[in-house]
Amino acid sequence: MFENLSHLALQQYWWVIDSLLGSILVFLMFVQGGQTLIYRIGKSELERTMVINALGRKWEFTFTTLVTFGGAMFASFPLFYSTSFGGAYWVWMAILFCFIIQAVAYEFRSKPNNVWGAKTFEAFLFINGLLGTILIGTAVATFFNGAEFFVNDWNQSRWANPYGGLEAVLNWHNLALGLTVFFLARVLGSLYFMNSIDDDNIFSRSKKQLLISGIPFLLVFLAFTIRLLLMDGFAVDQETGIVSMETYKYLHNFLAMPLIAVFFLLGVVGVLFGVVKSYLLKKYTKGIWFTGGGTVLVVFSLFILAGFNNTSFYPSLADLQSSLTIQNASSSHYTLTAMSYVSLMVPFVMTYIVWTWRAINNKKIDAEEINAEDHLY
Amino acid sequence: MIENFDLSLVDWSRAQFALTAMYHWIFVPLTLGMAFIIAIMETIYVKTNDPVWKETTKFWMTLFGINFAIGVATGIILEFEFGTNWSNYSWFVGDIFGAPLAIEGIMAFFMESTFIAVMFFGWNKVSKRFHLISTWLVAVGSSLSALWILVANGWMQNPVGMRFNPDTARNEMDNFWDVLFSPTGVNKFLHTISSSYTLAAVFVIGVSSWYLLKKTNVKFAKKSIVVAAVFGLLSSLFTVLTGDNSAREIVRDQPMKFAAVEGLYDGSEGAGLIALGIMSSSGDENDNMKDFSFKIEIPNMLSYMAYMEADAFVPGVNDIIKGYTDNDGEVHPPAKVKMDMGRKAIAALKAYKLAKKTNDELGQKEAQKELEANFKYFGYGYFNDPYDTVPPISMSFYSFHIMVGLGMYFILLFVLCLVYIYKESLVNKKWFLRLAIWSIPLAYIASECGWIVAEMGRQPWVIQDLMPTLAAVSNIDVMSVKITFFLFLFVFTGLLIAEIRIMLKQIKVGPNHGGN
Ligand code: HDD
Ligand code: HEM
Ligand code: HEM
Repeated sequence: MFENLSHLALQQYWWVIDSLLGSILVFLMFVQGGQTLIYRIGKSELERTMVINALGRKWEFTFTTLVTFGGAMFASFPLFYSTSFGGAYWVWMAILFCFIIQAVAYEFRSKPNNVWGAKTFEAFLFINGLLGTILIGTAVATFFNGAEFFVNDWNQSRWANPYGGLEAVLNWHNLALGLTVFFLARVLGSLYFMNSIDDDNIFSRSKKQLLISGIPFLLVFLAFTIRLLLMDGFAVDQETGIVSMETYKYLHNFLAMPLIAVFFLLGVVGVLFGVVKSYLLKKYTKGIWFTGGGTVLVVFSLFILAGFNNTSFYPSLADLQSSLTIQNASSSHYTLTAMSYVSLMVPFVMTYIVWTWRAINNKKIDAEEINAEDHLY
Repeated sequence: MIENFDLSLVDWSRAQFALTAMYHWIFVPLTLGMAFIIAIMETIYVKTNDPVWKETTKFWMTLFGINFAIGVATGIILEFEFGTNWSNYSWFVGDIFGAPLAIEGIMAFFMESTFIAVMFFGWNKVSKRFHLISTWLVAVGSSLSALWILVANGWMQNPVGMRFNPDTARNEMDNFWDVLFSPTGVNKFLHTISSSYTLAAVFVIGVSSWYLLKKTNVKFAKKSIVVAAVFGLLSSLFTVLTGDNSAREIVRDQPMKFAAVEGLYDGSEGAGLIALGIMSSSGDENDNMKDFSFKIEIPNMLSYMAYMEADAFVPGVNDIIKGYTDNDGEVHPPAKVKMDMGRKAIAALKAYKLAKKTNDELGQKEAQKELEANFKYFGYGYFNDPYDTVPPISMSFYSFHIMVGLGMYFILLFVLCLVYIYKESLVNKKWFLRLAIWSIPLAYIASECGWIVAEMGRQPWVIQDLMPTLAAVSNIDVMSVKITFFLFLFVFTGLLIAEIRIMLKQIKVGPNHGGN
């Protein structure tokens, strides 16, 4: 089935899958957002325990999605993997450290004799929520703003400056996406608490957060989007593969792919609808599904915008012709075909995840359960 | 291509990879083995409905959870380190190597993380059966994740199922099944998981012995020991079997590694096996090739083990450097010839690239022919001295012998344990209980030694014969790698200390007091 597709079709198929993983990852970063709100939402020890346990039952999924996203990028676009990770060394190392400390924090926090104290592990969660989201957002923004690297004709890469990718934060547009992800994650985190914890105080404090984080989110998101639509982009000549600058490239991409434009708009509407409805109605708890679904649509559209329609998804500022496209950075036809068969497992995996979640989450977390539970974070 | 290799960059990158991988490996084998032990215990619980078994299951599950978390923390870094520190490698083999990593995520990691949630939080929420199935799926999932990463590692030891593409300057997969079912990968997988089950069994027996010594939780401890001893005996027998297979595999595909781990400098027909040996400085200029100052040798044993024939020829380090003919009649050229061929291959790739730029089709064809003729030894082109292709010998030798020795010892341990259980005298055998506790660190040593054999023994290659470690590194500055090395050392050590303290506390608290 897949072996009959053209190489380009497979490359596009894989870009779509990677985009999907990336967008689900951003949605799942409600865990990170929630981690920055532990003290805002949980004022007593019991409340904090409820908040942390609500997050603790989901952190693995975010984490695993991140790992799988990395693995899928490696398998489908290895030149991106080698160029970006090997060059933007410090950005990725910083991101990884944020996640290393997260992975132990839940399991160790409430255990007796944990050496460093519960506060240390709570600080780990906070750092992960703050830096993890901002750095990942910033790194993704380099899909539009480019990065400084060279690729030689053996496809070996080298970074053009000694800052290892950290220079990306100096570009306000990159940072705007980083902050967008951060505030969005906090909004999603609040909606998640409203949805999964049965406690009036937590509910009302989460609701307040919708505005406190929602307004800055809207501002940075608008700034990012407006700039994106007005800026020059990295166009690829279909015949020769030569990369050149095109004015209004990303606006053109929207116009060339109206379906993606619709996705994007629907996504934005979904995000706002979820927030506004949750804020206005008294006891509404389903906002996370609208805002989360909207998030997936928006992020997905941004990825497609970066990679489709003869666009370079990882442009080089140091040497335009070193820029990566889904065509020159991808795996071979054979490997993409094999991997495409593997991708057929994804719906199956998603089904059993949803199914088991249903089975163990049919009841909200409340004080009573927390007091009775013998496996606590 | 990279013209100047910065050796200190290579060394620091290796140090960092070794550090992070070995830390990861402290936690992984316990996860792999304990998952099965727990699943077996829960199965007994479901069958017998005896609450002591439920308590037992839950107790080991708590230890499992603590260990699992830190295994995950140390794992994520490895996944990305191929890109951050070995980016030239990542491109050169990414077309093959990336796939198992991605499959691992899709197939294994999600399975683990989904069902672990049921395992920990589902006791009162799902049916007994569903819970039991989840526990088994966690066990299967963890061994599946081992499968894919070991397929990737096996491929590096013995690259198969691919073809070099000069246009992209990388190896491209042309047979997925060859990669998946490569005998190297299969052996590696079986040996690694069985050795990990062994380690977990030793762990469970050791911890339970402590309770028996303290005379607390005796019922629980005895039950745990029975499960672990049976499971451990089977696993350890299988470990020896598969380890032996791995060794025979290496004779064929990585003879230099084999020579190094056996301390065999000059090969012969009817080669003897050095069962025990001590190396000391040889005094000559090549300090890697130390002489034995003491050894116990079993005549003809090595030839027998390697080829199942007592007088088969086993090549030593010097034979491989000088060139030899193996028992199947295949001629292995001297290292010097391989180096020449490697240089030709590298030059041909350069010529190919040049011809392509100038649209010289004929030149391209010729270069490609030359490249294909010499590609087998591509990596040798990076070396000048044949002895650069020899791995660190004493390190490989000692690690291998420690691992094998301990492997035999564990069998004895499990057998003794079962005998004492049978005679119902275990509780009185204080010396045995103490020995069992002290065997826990030994299991970890054996396991880490195995990886030192596998990874150091294949030096200087990242990909056998095709890519030397020094050509695999990212083009970054040494300082960055040094800093991250120490950051990892610092963070991981801090986490390890916390983990050990938490474990010890949980063990002290014992099984009667829930998970916390
Ligand atoms: C508890 C741990 C343990 C024990 C008791 C043993 N091993 Fe082992 N061994 C491992 C744990 C291990 C490992 C950590 O799982 C390795 C590292 C890489 C691999 O594939 O498995 C390994 C590697 C490894 C290799 C190298 C594979 C390669 O380079 O690709 C060989 C030849 C053996 N083993 C052979 C043996 C033999 C003959 C044993 C007989 C008693 C034995 N091992 C016991
Ligand atoms: C978790 C178990 C593992 C341990 C403890 C381990 C141990 C080591 C050690 C000690 C080294 C350093 C060797 C040296 O530089 O002399 C090393 C290097 C390396 N290993 Fe492993 N290894 C493990 C698993 C793997 C796996 C599964 C892979 C690949 C899939 C892998 C790939 C590498 C690479 C790329 C290097 C760096 C290049 C080199 O120095 O050879 N390792 N490992
Ligand atoms: C050097 C190559 C390796 C890489 C890149 C790697 C990668 C990872 C990653 C990313 C995780 C976290 C997964 C999660 O999100 O849940 C992980 C955990 C795990 N890895 Fe590794 N790993 C390596 C070596 C190994 C080896 C050699 C084995 C087994 C033979 C192994 C077995 C496991 C298992 C069972 C887990 C889950 C349980 C635990 O974390 O303790 N890994 N690994």
